[in-house]
Amino acid sequence: MQLIKHRYALWGLLFISPWLIGFLWFQLYPLVLSFYYSLTDSKIASAGKYVGFQNYVKIFTSDRDFYPSMRVTFLYTLIAVPAKLAVALFVAIILNRNGRMMNVYRTVYYLPSILGASVAISILWRFLFMREGVINKILGLVHIPSINWLGSPDVALFTISLLVVWQFGTSMVLFLAGLKQIPAELYEAAKVDGAGKLRSLAMITLPLLTPIIFFNLVMQMIGALQEFTAAFVVTNGGPLKSTYLIGLKIYDEAFQDMDMGYASALSWILFLVILVITLFIFRTAKSWVHYEDGGRF
Amino acid sequence: MRLARNGYAKETARQLLLIALGLVMVYPLIWLFFASFKTNADLFGSVRLWPSNIVWDSYSKGWTSTGQFTYATFFGNTFLLVVPSVFFTVLSSFLVGYGFARFKFPLKQLLFTLMISTLMLPQTVILIPRYLIFRNLGWLDSYWPFIVPAIFACYPFFIFMMIQFFRGIPRELDESAMIDGCSPPGILFRILMPLCIPAIVSATIFQFIWQWNDFFNQMVFINSVNKYTISLALRMAIDSTGGGMEWNQLLAMSILSILPMMIVFFLAQRHFVEGIATTGIKG
Repeated sequence: MQLIKHRYALWGLLFISPWLIGFLWFQLYPLVLSFYYSLTDSKIASAGKYVGFQNYVKIFTSDRDFYPSMRVTFLYTLIAVPAKLAVALFVAIILNRNGRMMNVYRTVYYLPSILGASVAISILWRFLFMREGVINKILGLVHIPSINWLGSPDVALFTISLLVVWQFGTSMVLFLAGLKQIPAELYEAAKVDGAGKLRSLAMITLPLLTPIIFFNLVMQMIGALQEFTAAFVVTNGGPLKSTYLIGLKIYDEAFQDMDMGYASALSWILFLVILVITLFIFRTAKSWVHYEDGGRF
Repeated sequence: MRLARNGYAKETARQLLLIALGLVMVYPLIWLFFASFKTNADLFGSVRLWPSNIVWDSYSKGWTSTGQFTYATFFGNTFLLVVPSVFFTVLSSFLVGYGFARFKFPLKQLLFTLMISTLMLPQTVILIPRYLIFRNLGWLDSYWPFIVPAIFACYPFFIFMMIQFFRGIPRELDESAMIDGCSPPGILFRILMPLCIPAIVSATIFQFIWQWNDFFNQMVFINSVNKYTISLALRMAIDSTGGGMEWNQLLAMSILSILPMMIVFFLAQRHFVEGIATTGIKG
């Protein structure tokens, strides 16, 4: 019996071995290496020498782009993520019923999530929101003065965020799956007790969806803090660096200026920021996320 | 009676809202389609969807617009990159998922936790070392930086998805096969695989879309034009086209670049929605 157990443990290790190799080679090792690079003055062609925390000191004291980039990145995350989740949740709630049309809507709303991350859609966004573009033309029809969507530093970040909010479909589908799991008896009981629709929403739907809201919030936030393609293709960080997200800055330092050590330090700062925010959300989760099974995972 | 009428009005309002939202969602795509047949003047001159003069050759001219290479090369390249990386991602995630879901081995809990935590590891932080690792291996400007990580199951999302799926299949199936003398690979491929088809299809579709759409990694790892994927070709087109260029060609190629994804999406629409839903919010 002991022998069989032993043999099956070996099978298990054999099956997970591709991941184990991949994890060590392409994830853990690069993570450690990137911290090491951040302590050197490595360029793309030369290994560089150890310089201690000099890169970090430079980032915090004399890099003129660092604080503005972080500010833009936070602002973008604070606009795009809550807006996307709010729209996804709202639409999921009104879509949560059966019927042929509901499937059609669900498909149509989901489509942008499939295509949205592509270069093609970023190009489309550039055209739609040009000064002479169709969005301004449509606004003109209802006598709204045209807006400088991509050229104004105050608006460009918002235009990029719209592209991301437009892709609310993935979150919507997750919310719909959660809504389907809420037992109908709960609503019936609430109705018997005289609760209205809004009260049912606040007391039943939202609390039972909190695990999914939590999951979406964490994943979307991690994605948003690293956003690249939209800001790179649609506005290329401009105008006046108003969409110069930290992801773009890291790319520029690493692959335009070839300053691998400095870019690694930037990426570690971003990593720590993401880690701290994620841990913070996890920490607060106990007070607002409701698990049916009492939170045992 | 009043209540019924009230309910009817509410239902109508709901439907109108859903339709209006649907229009907002697809209008950009419809616009893109019609715009690919418009002249420059028309593109910026009028608000109407329908082109005032239909340009028929935007697709054929756009196809060859980049000079040395046509979009046939870029499409071919994209498939050369995407197909192997999807195949190996799904295969490796399937094997690893089985290992985690069905076997006991030392340090399993720790390894599982590590695997899940890489779900949240920002790709930005490991990009630069990966670039240098691939450079030292001589893999830059090839598709190996996409295929090799796929072989070694570097996509924890899909492993997690497979584990969740295996958990839904009764263990008695494995156990009775084991009593009949079936080896673990036999059990996996002959007994469990047919049951896992929905998960395999979902993973294939998702990874296809992600790899097809990817732009950042392709830009970092590939630099010769003859190896460009469709994303890189479009990016090059938008950069290099000056005042004289007809925009409809760029828009036409944009349409073609998203066409494979649209086809996959409409063919496998059900899998998408169900796939996402089974990826394990409830675990």
